[in-house]
Amino acid sequence: MGRFVARRLLQMIPVFLGTVTLIFFMVHVLPGDPVAAMWGDKAPDPAQVAAFKHEMGLDKPLVQQYFDYLGNLLTGDFGTAMDHRKVIDKITAAFPVTMRLALLAFAIEMVLGVAIGLFAGLRRGKAFDKSTLMLTLLLISVPVPVLGFVFQNVFATQLKWVTPTVQDSMNMGQLVLPAVVLGSLSLAYVARLTRTSIVENIKSDYMRTAIAKGLPRRRVIGTHLLRNSLIPVVTFLGTDLGALMGGAIVTEGIFNVKGVGFELYHAINLKEGATVSGFVVVLVLVYLAASLIVDLLYAVLDPRIRYA
Amino acid sequence: MPDLIEKKNAGIPAQRAESAAEPKPEKARSLGLDAWHDLRRRPIFIVSSLLILLLIAIAIAPGLFTSVDPRAGDLRNHYLSPPNYGHLFQADWFGYDGQGRSIYARVLYGARASVVVGICVTAGVTVLGGLTGMIAGYFGGWVDTLVSRITDIFFGIPLLLGALVILNAFTSRTVWSVVFALIALGWTQMTRVMRGSVITVKQADYVTAAKALGAGTFRILFKHILPNAIAPVIVVATIALGGYIATEATLSFLGIGLQDPTISWGIDINSAQKVIRTAPFALFFPAGMLSLTVLAFIMLGDAVRDALDPKLR
Repeated sequence: MGRFVARRLLQMIPVFLGTVTLIFFMVHVLPGDPVAAMWGDKAPDPAQVAAFKHEMGLDKPLVQQYFDYLGNLLTGDFGTAMDHRKVIDKITAAFPVTMRLALLAFAIEMVLGVAIGLFAGLRRGKAFDKSTLMLTLLLISVPVPVLGFVFQNVFATQLKWVTPTVQDSMNMGQLVLPAVVLGSLSLAYVARLTRTSIVENIKSDYMRTAIAKGLPRRRVIGTHLLRNSLIPVVTFLGTDLGALMGGAIVTEGIFNVKGVGFELYHAINLKEGATVSGFVVVLVLVYLAASLIVDLLYAVLDPRIRYA
Repeated sequence: MPDLIEKKNAGIPAQRAESAAEPKPEKARSLGLDAWHDLRRRPIFIVSSLLILLLIAIAIAPGLFTSVDPRAGDLRNHYLSPPNYGHLFQADWFGYDGQGRSIYARVLYGARASVVVGICVTAGVTVLGGLTGMIAGYFGGWVDTLVSRITDIFFGIPLLLGALVILNAFTSRTVWSVVFALIALGWTQMTRVMRGSVITVKQADYVTAAKALGAGTFRILFKHILPNAIAPVIVVATIALGGYIATEATLSFLGIGLQDPTISWGIDINSAQKVIRTAPFALFFPAGMLSLTVLAFIMLGDAVRDALDPKLR
């Protein structure tokens, strides 16, 4: 187990470096001068531009900038954004918000998705199963912006259950509606995955044995069926946590949540290299950690999987 | 194999007569043909393919369905609601948008961008990802390690985020810049699927047999492995097509995808969001068409998966 974790951690290093490199060069090599853009439509003063670039270290050769950035990153220094704010300050301000939003969405999709999938799978071909299949298909095909506006209009503006936009980004109660919108697509996937997995496993030999042994129905379904059916669901959920945090751009925009997506969208539009790279670094770390946890969960769910 | 079973049950006397004469071998069906026979009888497949055919027809020749110019605005019609009844297929069928342009015409003309993006991106990622996945899966060793690590790197970057970064570099964006960005970020998904599939297939006896008969690498890859490994790729590609269309609309909605002279559902959804309370129809029709399109492709993918995966029969 320890050796497996150590090996996985070592394997993560090239992936982590690769992603950081990719995003760094994507932001810096692509055309467009962010410094000149700060002057807007007016022609910038070349001396001022040069002085600013020198101050930010943007006048150095790109390769040197890259290695400077990497070196600083290893000491925990995420650099300074062009508005002279430390990138780490932006990260510590935005990530707790998005973490709450993403975890809330994650909890909703996990609990509801598995429950709906389980009931649908157990009642295969019945009305509940058929309506689940139809509704999840519908949910998957409605794009997130549309879903966001519809929910905002129905639950906030018409029914007045919640405020239309989030006033205080740290307030869990106000984050519920954005979380539902954010998690709805994955909720549909989780429900469908669980259902398929349950349907596949319900006919297996161990299920027949469990029933023949006279185990109570709760135990047959809870410990035997569900546990064995969860592996594909766990795989999906593991990669989804990172996707929820990075993919909240639209949802955070609609509901005015000052989180990662909000900051990233503005940073990308301003070609703020340091901010974009810094946020992506943290997102990649979350993604890598989640995929490690998924691998470890496999062994918990299926004792046949052992990590030496 | 429902056909075989039916024949067995229904034709016992016929079988006897046949065996008395010369036993006729049942013509072996390929997996693809088998799937086609299965698909033809599924209502979900028929409905979704009809929808997609209609959509492609609209994308190729929107002028056949309306004679109204989607870019011609008349401000007297500013957010004019659709009439309550009648007026089928007329300019005011779906109402007018903020610049007094016919929403019906715009919804029809918007299909082209979505369909082109969806099909081109899917074709691109399938070819690129299919080739890399085949090479990685078949040759193994350091090639496989390298390709797998590269796909790992791309998996860490969310699609929407990476597309935002790439598309920001274009000063004027067309359909092709969106296609480029989505292919550049999406191909690794197909690499993974193809690699896994090829690894399973390459251990099969017929591959060893082909090798023993002296077939070249190229022949083994394209004649023996590809036809047997392609099924999961087709399934993922069909479902992903709908996803790419939704991503294009989301990017256009964020103002970073397609730009104004191009007509796109995403742009129209974006401009309609401000008036969702006073003119909900301006949001409803482009959003509805977009959802219907994505739904059609996902339903098609579902049907194809059921037909191609013998385990689910």
